[in-house]
Amino acid sequence: MHPLSISGIAIATAAGLGLEQTYAALRDRRSGLRPNDFESFPYPTWIGRVAALETSAITGPLADFDCRNNRMANLSLQQDGFQDAVARARDRHGARRIATLIGTSTSGIFETELAYQSGAGRDAALASRNYDRTHSLFSVSEFVRRALHLEGPAATVSNACASSAKVFAQAERLMAAGICDAAVVGGVDSLCLTTLHGFKSLELLSASPCRPWDAGRDGISIGEAGGFVLLEKTPAAHQPGLHRPGVAPNGVASSGVASGGVALLGYGESSDGYHMSSPHPEGAGAVLAMSGALARAGLQPQDVDYINLHGTATVANDRAEDAAVYTVFGEATPASSTKGWTGHALGAAGIVEAIVSVLCLARGFAPGTLNTRERDPALRCRMLLENEQQALRTVLSNSFGFGGNNCSLLFGRID
Amino acid sequence: MISLHLHGIGVIGPGFADWPACRDILLGHIAWNDQRLRIPPSTLLPATERRRCNESSRLAIAAAEQAFRGSDIRPADVATVFTSADGDGAITHKLCESFALAEPEVSPTQFHNSVHNAPAGYWSIATGSSRPSTTLAAGRDSFAAGLFEAALQAMAEPGPVLLVAFDLPLPHPLNLMQARDHGFAAALLLGRERHGDSLAGLQLVLESAAAPSPLPGVFATLADNPAARALPLLALLANGSQAMVNLGAIGADQLGVQCQP
Repeated sequence: MHPLSISGIAIATAAGLGLEQTYAALRDRRSGLRPNDFESFPYPTWIGRVAALETSAITGPLADFDCRNNRMANLSLQQDGFQDAVARARDRHGARRIATLIGTSTSGIFETELAYQSGAGRDAALASRNYDRTHSLFSVSEFVRRALHLEGPAATVSNACASSAKVFAQAERLMAAGICDAAVVGGVDSLCLTTLHGFKSLELLSASPCRPWDAGRDGISIGEAGGFVLLEKTPAAHQPGLHRPGVAPNGVASSGVASGGVALLGYGESSDGYHMSSPHPEGAGAVLAMSGALARAGLQPQDVDYINLHGTATVANDRAEDAAVYTVFGEATPASSTKGWTGHALGAAGIVEAIVSVLCLARGFAPGTLNTRERDPALRCRMLLENEQQALRTVLSNSFGFGGNNCSLLFGRID
Repeated sequence: MISLHLHGIGVIGPGFADWPACRDILLGHIAWNDQRLRIPPSTLLPATERRRCNESSRLAIAAAEQAFRGSDIRPADVATVFTSADGDGAITHKLCESFALAEPEVSPTQFHNSVHNAPAGYWSIATGSSRPSTTLAAGRDSFAAGLFEAALQAMAEPGPVLLVAFDLPLPHPLNLMQARDHGFAAALLLGRERHGDSLAGLQLVLESAAAPSPLPGVFATLADNPAARALPLLALLANGSQAMVNLGAIGADQLGVQCQP
């Protein structure tokens, strides 16, 4: 495929608001997870909570959209000069030529959950809600589309934890068909009782911060997050926000924003056809997704410098992903999971880790998995436990979800 | 403009269980009594999955299976696009009701059935497919969004693409937020290449029109079901009409479609 350049980014997770805070947290190995203090969820677990959401109601013309999930979207949109980058793209291409494609798994369900807890006031509480603008899965895409004044195709992708990786594939198809010149792709998911209780019922919720690839790993930590990427057909002049001003990716001071940039080089999508909530034991679908991304980019496994794993820290997920990575890459390619910083952002995991991958390429480093003390001796891929500073050309990001849904994205430097 | 071939159709609605029955109503050959939605049991799903399966998955899969009737296209070889505005309200209701209890009890099956792509997951298990699958939501324009994405996939990749659109009424009290009387599902098996006895050619265009075409008069009461936005297209197919209909918004445009026999 023709590479798609990345000309804008915005990110907000429990580990930080914006690229600078995110980079600092990764560099200093500072997790955003905290002991569960969310609502009425009674079980011990660690969560990636963005507390700022509770005091940042959406006001103005889009006030109807106010709910925790759209607040997450709103807070994310304000980071990293993203709205300015989209405004410039709008000037270049026109609002009708820019798509809005957002992944979410639960959208605005949280306020519906709360309404059910209002006892005799339940029905009145529900009747007063604006369904289309808050609860509905599409509400987050419509909110983002309106906030950014875009008029191109818009849709929500809801493929569980692969949702906001698959939006990149959709954007590529829209641009390849000549329908759009640019796309805002993103993912937004926020804390709610459905996912906390749901993962608890599957016994997949760890009581401690998640430990991907650890011999004693015992489940995920759930986080909330939002992230957006502006993809464009033609290489943009520069990459606002990606590089520290005046500092080149290798840490040497330079005269301005680094030239060249980072692009989406390939993607691969597949299904397991195996089980609703467990991965295929050998990661057969994951192999197809990773191989598909390489094939679309015209690259070989040895061309990949670092893999940002899905790495959820459940016993079965890590085992299956390890088998798949080993099948495609052997044991040479450095890999790690960044879930220990952000928690598992579910429908937003794909975009968060795509942005982390782009950050790694731009700043020349690979983060070592956080919280992991003793590598599971049964797992074979080359898991990093400490950060490594090194120039990277190509990074693969994996996202796998319920229903056996897999998506791998390949990013690379194009300077 | 995107040109596609239509290889198969599945339809389920209140009072009709497949495309021939729906076509007969559209042609006025039989009267429509708007009855309860009956979902034919799946022949592809293994028994254990059939038991675990939620209603929206049963509806979507039943329509999907019909689209392969009389075709030699193997379901395992087909990429899928599922689209639904609201997914499974019955599961949402059960979960929310449970959270309001002092000791919530959530079953693992309820939880995995709550994901929007549950029907797609069951379908890939039933067919043993490893082909890509995307599940979309775009409110009342969910059908147009799904057809558009399926068309783009058919252009981008060799091999057919299955589109499945489905929506069910939400149970009380969720219906206080979003009211709907009837369930409906439509499945279209599409491809870039003609295959055997393709049913028709479809041409998709983005039209600067303000509103979608109304539903065929006989089915006007299904208008609040986003999946039923397939009906203007199905009416063209039933009548052999080469008129253009608009199926819903794609951004600021409408997705227009025309058929060639």
